[in-house]
Amino acid sequence: MSTITTTAEGAATDADEALVRKAISSTPRPPRASALSAAMTFGWRGMLKVKHVPEQLLDVTITPVMFVVMFTYLFGGAIAGSTGEYLDYILPGILVMSVLFTTVYSGVALNTDLTKGVVDRFRSLPIWSPAPLLGSLIGDSVRYVIGGSVIIVLGLALGFRPGAGAVGVLAALGLVVVFAFGLSWVFTTLGLLLRSPNAVMNAGFMGIFPLTFLSNVFVEPDTLPAGLKAFVDVNPISILANASRGLMEGNADGADIAIVLAVAAGLTAVFMPLTTRLYRRR
Amino acid sequence: MTTHPALAIEATGLAKSFGETRAVDGVDLSVRGGSVYGVLGPNGAGKTTTIRMLATLLRPDAGSAKVLGHDIVKEADAVRGVVSLTGQLASVDEDLTGRENLILIGRLLGLKGPAVRQRATELLEAFGLSDAAGRLVKNYSGGMRRRLDLAASIVVTPRLMFLDEPTTGLDPRSRNQVWGIIRALVAEGTTILLCTQYLEEADQLCDRIAVIDRGRVIAEGTPGELKASIGSGALHVRLLDPEQRPQAEGILARELGAVTLKADAAGLSAACSDAGRAAEAIAELSSLGVGIADFSLGQPSLDEVFLALTGHPAEPAAGEGPDSTNEEQAA
Repeated sequence: MSTITTTAEGAATDADEALVRKAISSTPRPPRASALSAAMTFGWRGMLKVKHVPEQLLDVTITPVMFVVMFTYLFGGAIAGSTGEYLDYILPGILVMSVLFTTVYSGVALNTDLTKGVVDRFRSLPIWSPAPLLGSLIGDSVRYVIGGSVIIVLGLALGFRPGAGAVGVLAALGLVVVFAFGLSWVFTTLGLLLRSPNAVMNAGFMGIFPLTFLSNVFVEPDTLPAGLKAFVDVNPISILANASRGLMEGNADGADIAIVLAVAAGLTAVFMPLTTRLYRRR
Repeated sequence: MTTHPALAIEATGLAKSFGETRAVDGVDLSVRGGSVYGVLGPNGAGKTTTIRMLATLLRPDAGSAKVLGHDIVKEADAVRGVVSLTGQLASVDEDLTGRENLILIGRLLGLKGPAVRQRATELLEAFGLSDAAGRLVKNYSGGMRRRLDLAASIVVTPRLMFLDEPTTGLDPRSRNQVWGIIRALVAEGTTILLCTQYLEEADQLCDRIAVIDRGRVIAEGTPGELKASIGSGALHVRLLDPEQRPQAEGILARELGAVTLKADAAGLSAACSDAGRAAEAIAELSSLGVGIADFSLGQPSLDEVFLALTGHPAEPAAGEGPDSTNEEQAA
């Protein structure tokens, strides 16, 4: 029988069998973590990733920043008569766009996770089964808030002055994040169905890109052909953009907000159980 | 089938297919509580698939199994409450630090507040990772990663632990450390199911071994029984001139018995456990003019065990079973 031999130079970095034995014997099994506690722990993991891999956040904030600057100064005068007036219109829209684009990355991150051994450990733990997914999206929601805040601060720096003040802006940000949370479940489902992170990214943007542009995020739909206008008017992203503008200006339509919340709840109700089942079966 | 309370794992007829490939094709296992049970086989034999079914990660197509008295399908959650898994790919989060990994697992298992941080510190120290505690795991060496992986598996001591090729890709020193950790676990009463492709590892650690090939158990017993069944050792010879192999084969067959030809055209081996007889056989080869490049007396290799048990060499199956994701970095 061989036993561990620790050489002098390696003593500090080797496992110590006596300490290992002590560590094994010293812990009675605690009561199981509650569903909430498990989900929040996964949320904490998501935030640690923002800390350790900040590039992820960079990816999703730079594009919207470019869009704000480009649309405001390049198209603003032509579309709305002046850049200042267009900024008031487009800023809530860009907020919506930037946060919704970020949701695709929830699916990409999940797909990436699946290729690593750590998911096997999560799946072999005695925890509430949706916790890893729900927790990740809670963590992602923090990223949505950070990303959204960047847009708002940039808008303020460029002269955006919302009528409803800080309360209105926060309410709009909150509504966008709630909708994004619901939409994320669609992309986590995609993340479990498709084979590679790139495929998730491509499929995700193939969906979210046209949906965002065929909305009222960039232009008032009045000038559009009738068929297109009809689509834009019922596009939930238009309704979300309208509601955000309303909240920021202080003239929000309650019906818009209700529709946005209902769509978010509907997406969650359908895609959260679907994602959880796919995750378990994987 | 009656439930034997002393059995930690009892599996009957477990089967799982991926598409056309029958990865596991009717596996029966009986693992006594407190023992180390080895599942030995080449890549693609169905080891990982078997372990994943027992650890509730895969649902079997057929058959049933109980882990510590809990059905792996109907009572999967109860099974998860008493086992832990160290997968083939290290089951740790590369984007977090070592300490964060242990805190994460501790919280998920129900440890709270200062207790979880204390536990992480204790484990980092025991596994020689204190200095690396604050570093991201993606910068860890293979051995460190595996130690962290094992530490994460015992944040709360499991009653049964699944280890899937815990030393594949590790250097000999890291491998010895992992073996030491496994022995410590056994000494504290944890039952271990160990998948490995190394006969030596199974021999060193296991009380009983199931040899698995193409999804089926083809032999089962203590290491001593298995080795006795195939001859306890082998004389390995490499010739200077491959052309002389038929001649050498004849001589060794006469002197020692069953001869195995190796993939290397100049290599062959013969069952032999006695150094004296091996020396005589080598002397006989030399005196008859067969040039020898080198020779050694050792345990039968897994290849030889396979050849003896199955009549075919231990080739990885061509299918795409999860076993084929095995990463082999360094020997």
